[in-house]
Amino acid sequence: MSGAADVIARPTEPEAAPSLGRERWRAAWRSPTLIAGLLILAFWIVCALFGAGITPRDPYADDLLATLSPPSAAHWFGTDQLGRDIFSRVIVGARDILIVAPLATLLGTVLGTALGLCIGYFRGALDDVVSRIIEALQALPLVIVALMALAAVGTSNATVVLVIGFVFTPLIARTVRSAVLNETDLDYVAAARLRGDGALAIMFIEILPNVLPIAIVEMTVRLGYAIFFVASLSFIGFGIQPPSADWGIAIAENYSLIGSYWWTVLFDAGATASLVIGVNLVTDGLAGVLDA
Amino acid sequence: MMGRQHENGDPANGASADALRFDEVSVTYRSGRRERRVLTGVSLAIRRGEAYGLVGESGCGKSTAAFAAIRYLARNGRVSGGRIWVDGRDLMALSATELRRLRTQSVSMVYQDPGRALNPSLRIDRQMMEVFEVAQGICGDQALSRAREMLARVQIGSPDRVLRNYPHELSGGMQQRVIIAMALSTNPALLILDEPTTGLDATVEAEVLDLVTRLRAEFNNSILFISHSLPVVARMCDRVGVLYAGELIEEGPASRVFRDPKHPYTVGLMRCVPRYGLRKSQGRLETIPGFLPAPGSITDCCVFVTRCANATERCAREVPQPIALEGHVARCFYPDRASQLPRQSSGAAANAPSGAGGVPATHSAPLPTGGAAGAAPPLLRADHLSKTYLISGKRFHAVHDVTIELWPGETLGLVGESGSGKSSLAKLLLGLSVADEGSAIQLCGAALPARAEDRTRSQLKALQIIFQNPGAALNRSQTVRRLIGRSLRLVGLSGAAREVRLREIAASVRLTPRHLEEKPRQLSGGLKQRVGIARAFAGGPRVVLCDEPTSALDVSVQSAILNLLVDLQAEQKVSYLFISHDLNVVHYLSDRIAVLYLGRLMEIGPSEQVFAGPHHPYTEALLSANPSLEAQGAQRIRLKGELPSASNLPAGCVFHTRCPRKIGDICEREEPPLSQAGERHAIRCHIPAEQLGRSVRVPTQPNEPT
Repeated sequence: MSGAADVIARPTEPEAAPSLGRERWRAAWRSPTLIAGLLILAFWIVCALFGAGITPRDPYADDLLATLSPPSAAHWFGTDQLGRDIFSRVIVGARDILIVAPLATLLGTVLGTALGLCIGYFRGALDDVVSRIIEALQALPLVIVALMALAAVGTSNATVVLVIGFVFTPLIARTVRSAVLNETDLDYVAAARLRGDGALAIMFIEILPNVLPIAIVEMTVRLGYAIFFVASLSFIGFGIQPPSADWGIAIAENYSLIGSYWWTVLFDAGATASLVIGVNLVTDGLAGVLDA
Repeated sequence: MMGRQHENGDPANGASADALRFDEVSVTYRSGRRERRVLTGVSLAIRRGEAYGLVGESGCGKSTAAFAAIRYLARNGRVSGGRIWVDGRDLMALSATELRRLRTQSVSMVYQDPGRALNPSLRIDRQMMEVFEVAQGICGDQALSRAREMLARVQIGSPDRVLRNYPHELSGGMQQRVIIAMALSTNPALLILDEPTTGLDATVEAEVLDLVTRLRAEFNNSILFISHSLPVVARMCDRVGVLYAGELIEEGPASRVFRDPKHPYTVGLMRCVPRYGLRKSQGRLETIPGFLPAPGSITDCCVFVTRCANATERCAREVPQPIALEGHVARCFYPDRASQLPRQSSGAAANAPSGAGGVPATHSAPLPTGGAAGAAPPLLRADHLSKTYLISGKRFHAVHDVTIELWPGETLGLVGESGSGKSSLAKLLLGLSVADEGSAIQLCGAALPARAEDRTRSQLKALQIIFQNPGAALNRSQTVRRLIGRSLRLVGLSGAAREVRLREIAASVRLTPRHLEEKPRQLSGGLKQRVGIARAFAGGPRVVLCDEPTSALDVSVQSAILNLLVDLQAEQKVSYLFISHDLNVVHYLSDRIAVLYLGRLMEIGPSEQVFAGPHHPYTEALLSANPSLEAQGAQRIRLKGELPSASNLPAGCVFHTRCPRKIGDICEREEPPLSQAGERHAIRCHIPAEQLGRSVRVPTQPNEPT
């Protein structure tokens, strides 16, 4: 009997469960939300990258003989007050906003994650003070804050990035902070303290990878806001500056004509909206994948 | 569904007489495109007034069976075969309305976590009245008075106060009583209890189990009692079924199954539980080798074949059918060989199980060399350790004036209910929280800074911990290699030397090189805890604090982990401070035991003396509440009332509010000193040691049921 037992009674280990991340990604590729968002985003990124190269006409060329002409075979989206081809301008207009908004969001995310890690890990007086400041800032309308800052430092793409980045920092810090608070209660943080890891090592090596998914989802949420934010600033003249073909500027130039020449505004507005929607679709898809 | 075609057919013979009947029931869960069969051909019947226990380890399908019995499976689960009758009705043939009526009137369920089963935003009166309104159409004052009546029947002393409370204002034991009261309000034919006492302390568990026993006699319901704990099921149930990998592998009268199990899995499971009175010096714990197979993965042979030491070729070829032996059924080809299942541990273990007499008095393991009179300083010494938390102006005394010593190579067990300050004490020693003024900790005679951050590398290295919950203790974003490797930095190893040491440590906790590349979520609970142990041992510690290291694990895994801890201690001569609420485990492992109550040391002494007596009345109650397969029906001492709040401690002896042996005013006025009750044995009680209780169950006769 024991001979047979030797043959058979060999403990078999269960197969290692497939890594959860990979399973989730596979599910994500079947998610129509994420795919649709990525397609929209990819379209605008191609426009931003190759802009002038793929436009049917020169987006900056005036044609005073064909001002404000409605959409036609020659000008798919019509022309504006100076006779410039709107279709070409919408395509080229993606560039500035797709540089400024993501950079601003990235800056805000990096600073906000670092700040959130610090106040969440150290808690105590630091957390109390910083959290109150964040709440105070949140009470102010962000556009007004950004407007004042830009009025003070002067408007350029770089300053817009800095100002929006700083404005977003406390918002992202708050989200990251609450995630960090949950993490610091877990025993692995205690284990790290017991092997002599310093605060920086614990925050950035131990905790950061676990709160990163939340920070990334928060970043994509903020990216949607940032696009709108930049467009709004451009609209009131404090964002991206002419002669850029930026959508916000175009809307500002033409909105008084919307009654009779709807095409001068509609396509730029639609472009802005589609970009925001695309980003939000990606956000929803990512949130599912990253479980944040 | 299969049941549909029998819609008009009468239940099978005798089905109407049963409160619950499973006929070859299979349940499958769909995950992705795959179907996993979680229950396979389970047949069982619970007669009216009978208590039926379903035991098995986690993942065996116990809860699935319970949910199938009320047709409340998760959305991706379905009954894929067989028929279920509840109270004589074919469950699968019921319409939605009929099902609803059945659930409100004929079946009640009590879940594991009472805190989550009650609505946190409704007062108890509202929640209880709702039961009467929905089930019996009784409203208003009448419902309220019925609710009050029910609470009185589950022995809640002040029902009116409880009715006005919100769930969070009640203790866990009290919440579970309320839920049992609600479950019984409709006087259901079948009461399903799914691990009803798992989250509760032993003393509270004992009380709740007493209550269920009494109510059973009063209401005469049938009970389906689901538990992973063999002693609890043995105590509560008339008949038991043992589930393994979704199959009912053994069934029979509780007394017969536990006295003379016929399936090797049941035998293995029973051997895994540390028996009352067994010590590490007497032998290793039995384990069940291997792992639970994935549900539904084994179809054409015996489900237990890969782990069974009795298995033959036939077991790997054919599916064994249940073999009946006078009402005792086992799904095994060789039920008569079960009792001769080979043991894995050799030597000392062979004679231990049959209760070798006279064990504790002269146990063979070398006693810790230190002892009370030793010249060398203790390895670790805590002097008048106290910890007070200030929470919204109130002072919480988590630990009060605890003085303990730990000698080299020794294991000091720390027992007490939750809230007794066990974990707080561990945190103070580790420097994870800072003790009050006047406390002092010494390591090898030298003062140890209170904060972990102020300790030197070698001090950190010397004092490590194994956490209770291995899931939370391992960083989920790191591989096992990294988790263990980062702890090796304490030793200052790098490069190839570090890799060698890493593999050594992994091997010493029986992890294979393959595991090194995996992340915690790919490992089972037992493997995770091995990683936790490897991490604690990576730096070569002198003292390892074990904070309930096995309480989150199944018994068969627990025994493997405990064996590992014993082996590591023998190899590396470390000392353990072993925290646990399981007295059998503490007794198995510990040389000395300290009993904590509300942050105070109530009793400390060598294990045998603490177990044999004289006992502190609190220790006596703990021992009495300790569930054990051997001592069914032993005399029980029950604690009355609730654990007082740590912010509002009773004057005098903190235990006087619940003490069954309170002698008078002195207990309320004066805190008793820790007085000698024997050599190295001290008890904090006003009653002289000679008059204190002695164990009813003396560990020298561990195997004789009384």
